[in-house]
Amino acid sequence: MSSFLTIAMPKGRIFEEAAEMLRKAGFRLPPEFDDSRKLIIEVEEENLRFILAKPMDVVTYVEHGVADLGIAGKDVMLEEERDVYELLDLKISACYLAVAGLPNTKISDIAPKIASKYPNVASSYFREQGEQVEIIKLNGSIELAPLIGLAERIVDIVSTGQTLKENGLVEYARIADVTSRLVANPVSYRIKEERITEIVDRLAEIIE
Amino acid sequence: MTKPFMFEKPLGMRDTLPELYETKAAVRNKMSDEIKKWGYQFIETPALEYYETIGEASAILDQQLFKLLDQQGHTLVLRPDMTTPIARVAASKLLNQRIPLRLAYSANVYRAQQREGGRPAEFEQMGIECIGNKSTSADAEMIALMADVLKAAGLEKFKITIGHIGFVQELFLSILGNEERAAVLRKFLYEKNYVGYREHVKSLTLSSIDKQRLIEFISLQGGENTLTKALGLLEGEHGREQLSELQELAVQLKEFGVDQYVSLDLTLVSHMSYYTGTLFEVYAGGVGSPIGNGGRYDNLLDKFGWDASATGFGIRMDRLVEAIGEIQEADVPECILFSPERRKEALDFAKQKRAEGIMVTIQDINAVENVDAYTRTFSDVHLFVGNGGRVSNE
Repeated sequence: MSSFLTIAMPKGRIFEEAAEMLRKAGFRLPPEFDDSRKLIIEVEEENLRFILAKPMDVVTYVEHGVADLGIAGKDVMLEEERDVYELLDLKISACYLAVAGLPNTKISDIAPKIASKYPNVASSYFREQGEQVEIIKLNGSIELAPLIGLAERIVDIVSTGQTLKENGLVEYARIADVTSRLVANPVSYRIKEERITEIVDRLAEIIE
Repeated sequence: MTKPFMFEKPLGMRDTLPELYETKAAVRNKMSDEIKKWGYQFIETPALEYYETIGEASAILDQQLFKLLDQQGHTLVLRPDMTTPIARVAASKLLNQRIPLRLAYSANVYRAQQREGGRPAEFEQMGIECIGNKSTSADAEMIALMADVLKAAGLEKFKITIGHIGFVQELFLSILGNEERAAVLRKFLYEKNYVGYREHVKSLTLSSIDKQRLIEFISLQGGENTLTKALGLLEGEHGREQLSELQELAVQLKEFGVDQYVSLDLTLVSHMSYYTGTLFEVYAGGVGSPIGNGGRYDNLLDKFGWDASATGFGIRMDRLVEAIGEIQEADVPECILFSPERRKEALDFAKQKRAEGIMVTIQDINAVENVDAYTRTFSDVHLFVGNGGRVSNE
């Protein structure tokens, strides 16, 4: 029995690498897959349906079961703590979560301010360090915050470190390594077990 | 928080309108009939309990509890599950009368939203508890009865996945040596994080054989030869007893005739931390979360002062109704419109209709502004107005 499967894909940075990986694993994806503006793409010959979501939202779709599988960054999983199976490390889109700030600065003793797109990650990291901090949630261009005096430190993903360098910031600590993961809804994982296992095996084979 | 609008309810609280109410009621009746046929007795417990007793004994996370204070300053909780209150009643009252004890419940439980909407904070659960029964037959009875209850409710396709937390514990302890290290690994299973599990195993200082055993453990799910593969992972006696329990359980489930619904997954770990032995979850297509779960909890009763083993299950009514997918149309009553001078005649007619088992609404026509719009919502209309005879619109 080959049941229909819905896979949530992250738009943007990870998308190309993820699509390339699926092709390498032998999935016949149509060419319009790459530059389509459609949000839902059906691939009938594979019995697959792809939905294109914001990277931060992929795990949400999967947790609620409207997507059976998803490709999500570990950064998102750490931030969102969703109830999904983390089946495979796809080892693509590697980067890491780090603490950064202006060079040679200390954070203040009282209510230091930390800006981040990842408030939960930032908060739990500093708590583990024994620091009580106040988190300021930003949605992008996090590097701006210490430059303009909004926060003393930022928590963000770093891939090459180029953006930090160009803005005169330095890395203070590495929080966690990040790669993309294949995630599954807990019910789909049981009910569509055979199909999912097959996809996991095909992908696992090509992960170096 | 800003002042709520008059139509608003607290986060996660939902109204049940007539169609859904009828659907739930019909499903609930079929289920409770089936449960009674197996000799279980329904009980009710209060919605409010002490935080220090039920709140602490329950496996529900503290931040998910609704807490409030009573007049004397005691902290109370809205019951977050039914298993714990039933353990309290059983230990303090009912176990004196009969052991094993078979109880059932149908009640709303309360768990606060952790993050956002989309999930109810109050939901109905129907379930059973079999207390003072440590035999594998009791475990088999739970699973067989759950399958029968789901079938009685009208659910055709579902899958029950069975695991054994005792086996996980024995295997991890025998390889890792202490509870602290076992707990770290169990947490990965609980979080469903297989990637993290594998990475963590690789990072441990263990022989490559032991690492391999832990890695292979992850694949102990699905297929028929799961138990054989599990046996292959054992060294010495640790975990053997639990596997033979599962073997015995499989045989009994075949005798119950429910083996086509079940599969084994030895990696299954529940968020209900009080489970000690076999545990299971049930899934149905189209619903993103398990529709029910259960298992053996041999230490919970002890917290209420009675050392007894127990097992049980609970089914989430909201998810089950969603899985069944049919919404029952609410029965539409007939309407009798009367004018005051013919009230007696109308009331007699209504009495006669009700005696026939027909639902009728009686309504004074003078209190209705728009008769056409009003009567349109009924299946039939009888007029006792003015001097004429009875008029029906059919």
